Amino acid sequence: MFFAIPLLIVALGGMFSERSGVVNIALEGLMIFGAFTGVVFIGIIQKSGAHIDGQMLLLLAVLIAGAVGALVSLAHAYSAINMKADQIISGTAINMLAPAFAIFVGRRISEKGTQQVHFEDWFRFDSVPKLGDLPIIGDLFFKNAYLTTYLGFLILFISWIVLYKTRFGLRLRSCGEHPQAADSVGINVYKMRYAGVIISGILAGIGGLVFVIPTSREFNATVSGYGFLALAVLIFGQWKPLRILFTAFFFGLLKAVAASSSGLPVLKDIPISSYFYKMMPYVITLIVLTFTSKNSQAPKAEGIPYDKGGR
Amino acid sequence: MLGVTKKFPGITANDNITLQLKKGEIHALLGENGAGKSTLMSVLFGLYQPESGIIKKNGQIVKVNGPNDATKLGIGMVHQHFKLVHNFTVLENIVLGCETIKNGFLSMGAARKKVLDFSQEYGLEVDPQALISDITVGMQQRTEILKMLYRENEILIFDEPTAVLTPQEITDLMVIMKNLTNQGKSILFITHKLNEIQAVADRCTVLRKGKYIDTVVVAQTDKEKLSEMMVGRKVTLEVKKPLIEPGKVIVDVNGLTVKNRLSGKNIVNNVSFKVREGEIVCIAGIDGNGQSELVYALTGLMKADNGCIILDGQDISHTTVRARGLAGMAHIPEDRHKHGLVLDYNLAYNLALQRYYEPHFQNKGFLRYGEIYAYADGLIEKYDIRSGQGTKTPVRSMSGGNQQKAIIAREIDRAPKLLIAVQPTRGLDVGAIEYIHERLIEERSKGKGILLLSLELEEALGISDRTLVIFEGQIVADVDPQDVTYQELGLYMAGSGRKEAMA
Repeated sequence: MFFAIPLLIVALGGMFSERSGVVNIALEGLMIFGAFTGVVFIGIIQKSGAHIDGQMLLLLAVLIAGAVGALVSLAHAYSAINMKADQIISGTAINMLAPAFAIFVGRRISEKGTQQVHFEDWFRFDSVPKLGDLPIIGDLFFKNAYLTTYLGFLILFISWIVLYKTRFGLRLRSCGEHPQAADSVGINVYKMRYAGVIISGILAGIGGLVFVIPTSREFNATVSGYGFLALAVLIFGQWKPLRILFTAFFFGLLKAVAASSSGLPVLKDIPISSYFYKMMPYVITLIVLTFTSKNSQAPKAEGIPYDKGGR
Repeated sequence: MLGVTKKFPGITANDNITLQLKKGEIHALLGENGAGKSTLMSVLFGLYQPESGIIKKNGQIVKVNGPNDATKLGIGMVHQHFKLVHNFTVLENIVLGCETIKNGFLSMGAARKKVLDFSQEYGLEVDPQALISDITVGMQQRTEILKMLYRENEILIFDEPTAVLTPQEITDLMVIMKNLTNQGKSILFITHKLNEIQAVADRCTVLRKGKYIDTVVVAQTDKEKLSEMMVGRKVTLEVKKPLIEPGKVIVDVNGLTVKNRLSGKNIVNNVSFKVREGEIVCIAGIDGNGQSELVYALTGLMKADNGCIILDGQDISHTTVRARGLAGMAHIPEDRHKHGLVLDYNLAYNLALQRYYEPHFQNKGFLRYGEIYAYADGLIEKYDIRSGQGTKTPVRSMSGGNQQKAIIAREIDRAPKLLIAVQPTRGLDVGAIEYIHERLIEERSKGKGILLLSLELEEALGISDRTLVIFEGQIVADVDPQDVTYQELGLYMAGSGRKEAMA
């Protein structure tokens, strides 16, 4: 669950961007930016000794992570949409910038001059009132949980509604498939694409923070390739919210197996290196993408800058 | 539109053009490619601002600054290339851009009713729930028309609407257009097909090289006059060809079959035919009935699953594209941009594409540019290929007609035994069509075998000596163009004559 939720959130973010027609390979970098600022914010508040509710603090950090993600994604949007730059290049630039930024600023603000940013876990709750007492379901979903897990599902639900049930969603999708058609009926393609990229920035920023909170006590300027894994989830999920959910959980499961392989009695007895399990998600990504890429349902105009004059 | 002038650097695309559309009429706008039709429409839609001239609607001067202004004025357009989102439903495409919203959510119910009402009223049969990618081109076009009606447009512009339709669909469209004008809509109909103008249009405005020629009442003129106005000289619409007794068999295709890689269905199903010397054989059929695949299999662009091809006594069923070319096959491809030319190469390179490897053009692997340019100059002269900078012209910047001339020059100059021409006149104007037909007849007179694939009935019957009809990958008819009517051929193409043909 801890592995799947960030994948879900970030992949959904990527979905908004790509459905509007902009490839967002910068998810990884946006995650780092979001996670870094979120964690720094939490650290500062915690050190200041302010008495603030853990969940409240988490929500504030989520907001900040999202805002920073949105801000950074503007750079990608500007180069990809206005300057008609190669979207892969501008995305890669953000990916390279992000860890450098996190390390540099991290060292500047930490007392010992290390790049790790520490924080304390104030956010876990043992059980959700009432729901936690339910048999089986309660144990699975409502104990030892983080608020962010539910946030993930909320984002999924809202994404689905927005994409399929609103005017905004319809217009966004048309811009990713056939921007000329959208333009001919008076839709501002540039605006819609900006919206798509910014939403992806917000969600990637949040996703970054959501990735760090449950799995670690410090942030070390990396999100371990989760942004790229989210891209794989997005593709494997065929750019559709519900399929993204299943894929995210599939990859989450693989990651969980990898992380706990030495702890699970059955797996421990099989003489396979734990590195093998750690490789699994990536190997499977490669295999799956090889076989599914043929009947991919990628948005048709994805990655192609929109030029009003072009026909 | 009164006295509209639009200049581009070095060229006056529209020179003092006046176009008056009356309420409830079908007004044709006729002109060759590059005559300024598209520019004029772009001015009307506010995509370009004219240097001079005004646009009036109902007697009032209006200012059009963009497509949205045009929509507000009730002007809508069916573009030549449909502006439809392929994985949206018909209904979603229609409402896109002017959706109805209820509590922040889309509400499609009212829209569906409105669309169905229009569909009833004007005889525009569509399925609102179907995905665009699943429906026929005709239905896509009806979707586009509904899009305009849904926006309550009064002035409907059709940009070469029949280019993509089957003969039956064209007839349907004509009926729809008449219906629309009966309901008080006005239609501007851009085309370069003369019989369509005669069939539906009330009046016709002719443009030539950016200049306004005249506006005529269609009933008081005829095809010859119209084409003369359009091209600026007399054009022979009837193809004249000398009688030739066909010689020996050049190509013998037997049981050719191509399977779809995904579904395993036979796209080309057991096709057999022969082409003889001095004979033009036309394969007619509605687009998408296996013609493209048949040609790919013949030319070696795609592997055939079964059957054999004998070219002049040589089995070439399993040889490469170049081997087939060397064996005497030339190919004028369907899509000149995809298979015919390297658009960003200059004209000389494109003309040398089939021969650069010959000893004359290369020396131990190094190209002999002097020879290549000299050869290109020769072809340009001989085939009258017009371009801005001669051999150095990037092919992308040339007009469609001249691009096609370049391909024809390259292919014919290799002195092939068999020439496969796939829709060689697609998208070209009357002058260029005439030129290409002349070249084909000329090759026929030299005793070459010619296989012509065409979607146009007129072409299929006009210049061929024998017409085969392909339907769902099978040859369903083999007729003499002399004794078959358009209607009969249309029926064969729609598949209904299959039984009789096989019997």
